[in-house]
Amino acid sequence: MDDLLAEFVAETRDMLAALAGEVVAWEADPTDRARLDTIFRFVHTVKGNCGFFDFPRLEALSHAAEDALADVREGTRPADAALVTVVLAVLDRIAAMIERIERAEPLGDDTDEDLIAALRSSAETTAAAAQPTAAGAALAEQRTIRLPVELIDRVMSGVSEMVLARNDMARRLQGFDGLTGLEAPFARLSGLLGEVREAITRTRMRRIDGLFGTFPRMVRDLSAELGKQVQLEVESGDVELDREMIELIRDPLLHIVRNAIDHGIEPPAARESAGKAPVGRLSIAARQSGNTIRIGIADDGRGIDCARLADKAAAAGLIAPAEAAALTREQAIELIFAAGLSTAETVTAISGRGVGMDVVRANVEKIGGTLEVESEPGEGTRFLINVPLTLSILPCLTVRSGGQVFAVPRSYIEEIVGTAGGQAEFAHVGERRLLTFRDRRLPCVPLSAALGLAPRGEAQTFVIVRLGWGDLYALEVEDVLDHHELVVKPLSPAIMASGLFVGCTQLDDGQPALLLDVAAVGYASGIPRELHRPAIPAKGADVALDHGLQVMLLTGLDGARRAIPLDLVEQIERAPIAAVRRRGPFAQVVLGDRILPLAGLGEGDELSDPQPLVRLRGETGPVAYAVRAVIDIEHLAETPRRVGADPARLALIGEDAVELIDEAALRRELEGCAA
Amino acid sequence: MNAALLVVEVAGRRAALPAERIHSVIEPASVVPVPRGPRHLAGLAALRSRPLTLIDCRSALGFEPEEARAPRAVVVDHDGHLYGLLVDLADEIIAATGSPEPLAADPGHGWRRMAPTMIESANGPLLLLDIAALISGPDAA
Repeated sequence: MDDLLAEFVAETRDMLAALAGEVVAWEADPTDRARLDTIFRFVHTVKGNCGFFDFPRLEALSHAAEDALADVREGTRPADAALVTVVLAVLDRIAAMIERIERAEPLGDDTDEDLIAALRSSAETTAAAAQPTAAGAALAEQRTIRLPVELIDRVMSGVSEMVLARNDMARRLQGFDGLTGLEAPFARLSGLLGEVREAITRTRMRRIDGLFGTFPRMVRDLSAELGKQVQLEVESGDVELDREMIELIRDPLLHIVRNAIDHGIEPPAARESAGKAPVGRLSIAARQSGNTIRIGIADDGRGIDCARLADKAAAAGLIAPAEAAALTREQAIELIFAAGLSTAETVTAISGRGVGMDVVRANVEKIGGTLEVESEPGEGTRFLINVPLTLSILPCLTVRSGGQVFAVPRSYIEEIVGTAGGQAEFAHVGERRLLTFRDRRLPCVPLSAALGLAPRGEAQTFVIVRLGWGDLYALEVEDVLDHHELVVKPLSPAIMASGLFVGCTQLDDGQPALLLDVAAVGYASGIPRELHRPAIPAKGADVALDHGLQVMLLTGLDGARRAIPLDLVEQIERAPIAAVRRRGPFAQVVLGDRILPLAGLGEGDELSDPQPLVRLRGETGPVAYAVRAVIDIEHLAETPRRVGADPARLALIGEDAVELIDEAALRRELEGCAA
Repeated sequence: MNAALLVVEVAGRRAALPAERIHSVIEPASVVPVPRGPRHLAGLAALRSRPLTLIDCRSALGFEPEEARAPRAVVVDHDGHLYGLLVDLADEIIAATGSPEPLAADPGHGWRRMAPTMIESANGPLLLLDIAALISGPDAA
């Protein structure tokens, strides 16, 4: 295949992948002009590209789709559900053709007249012709280039070596007090190396968005087929996962989602008679939690029918009838993982194919993960997949205990509390020390004791660790050192045996450091292992009513304090100063593979390198907000309000009037730049 | 063609490791201890950017650990992980003059499980250390 053609295939694939969600969103709101335009541009591009190659079938099909969409753009044709269905089918057909082109197979003489006719005809006749194929959705997410992972690993370890050599050289250069004349070229080399390192790291990692992006389409097709109404909420939490791992969790995830729609969520009528909203909710969320990536799939459907499950298991001879009667609810739920059981009334084409949850669980366990399920009758079912990180970049905090440095995954850390200044308050229950933290008494675990190390001096600092569903404990350490982005490497079995460590990493000076499994450290030190049912996250107004608005307090570049509603905060990051572009009133910053508008930057404000940024969920996408420092997270006692003619909303924190950076303020700031 | 052997000294005795299994011999730097690890686990170091698990051969053989000198680490790749076998001396590679053969007599406590065979060499008979057994240590079943 020549380069040009390969590029065409790759480009079309990328666009298809990006489109999967767009079409569904367009269907939800057919007046959404931006989405319509995106789809139109896609078919237009495909049609145009076909001119370079000899694919008359592809050209005819994309041309027909372009015509139909052009009519919609001109307003001479409504964007009804039938048309959306046909457009989806067209995208699938294009995906299938692209796949054949890549394999250098002829496109064949199959005709696309069915779709072309459907595109041209009126609404009634369209639905029948367009049966979307499942293959299309999966296809759109394929890679565009394949490399042996081993090769990438080799490059990556080479780059890691270079970073260590660079650090060594930097130390030596420091000895010359900047008189060698090599400082500037060294700094440049150093910066370039940083970029290469980041790029090569990313080649192995892939955002889970790519995988999740295929769900809206799948859920739409499935619920339509089963006559159900499902509202899907996907939250990727910006999780990045090893490419291989993404491939490995794809099937288990798809299976669980199919099950949730097929067995979990009831038909609209049944939901209404059960007093629920007719539209079922399905949420898929991913979170990096220390040593694991945690993916939750929750539906608000009928829940697992334990009695029926037990009866079926008894009927199938898996357990004795007497046993069935004596099962606890948890034991009964576990039966869904028993081989060959299904509670579906009828075997459907969707999930009753004989591949059961036993296989799904086995597949997850094969990659070192776990699959748990919780279910409440009538309220819904929640699956939790935990997969380990094998090779992953993990934001960590380094701490010192017993004179030794350890790394703690940042995602576990709720807050750091120092005892200097005497604001910490303790109580004793037997031998256990309790730290009073925001009206809660948290058990303390001295890390040195947990690891059997001799403490060096007083434990000065407490790392508040958040376990599972919100249990907190206070880990006592001698010192908190720094934030790092660390490459986690697997440990040998001899070291893993203690269960207290999940990996190892190398600090900048080449020194290895062990990565703590803070959950295991807590459990080993007597922190109870409880699985609290997570409450459905309260949003916006509810939060405000209960505890006052929760905000992140920070110091802006101008030195003034500001508050950002925690709901808007996605992440705290640091960007090298080179990633910031400033032109007059405009500023942007490159974070990862995206260019974000940069707010919080006044004229003449000096940036530091690296510059701390808070990534916010803006109205039209993520926005970076430059800060001098993040101070704390607080509940506001009163609702921020406008004072006088100033559009800013203010709240009194301590003795300061602090401006609330809400969506409106953010918009004002960004538009202010444009004005 | 006979196998090459690396002659090492552990607990005052000489023994051999199969040279073909050996990655390199280094003086480990920046060793960090591993809390709550088995007794024969001497710590964690890094070889280039890979983690290197250090195994104290003296303890693995069941002898009391000795005051640390500057030992050599014989680096081997075992089941995809790098291990450094700490020995007192490792400086000579010699050719075996025979094949591994069962021991004529019990080599004594410690050596028994870690060196099931011996091999003739230019320097006389040497115990052939079992790398996997050293790594799993004296407490392994």
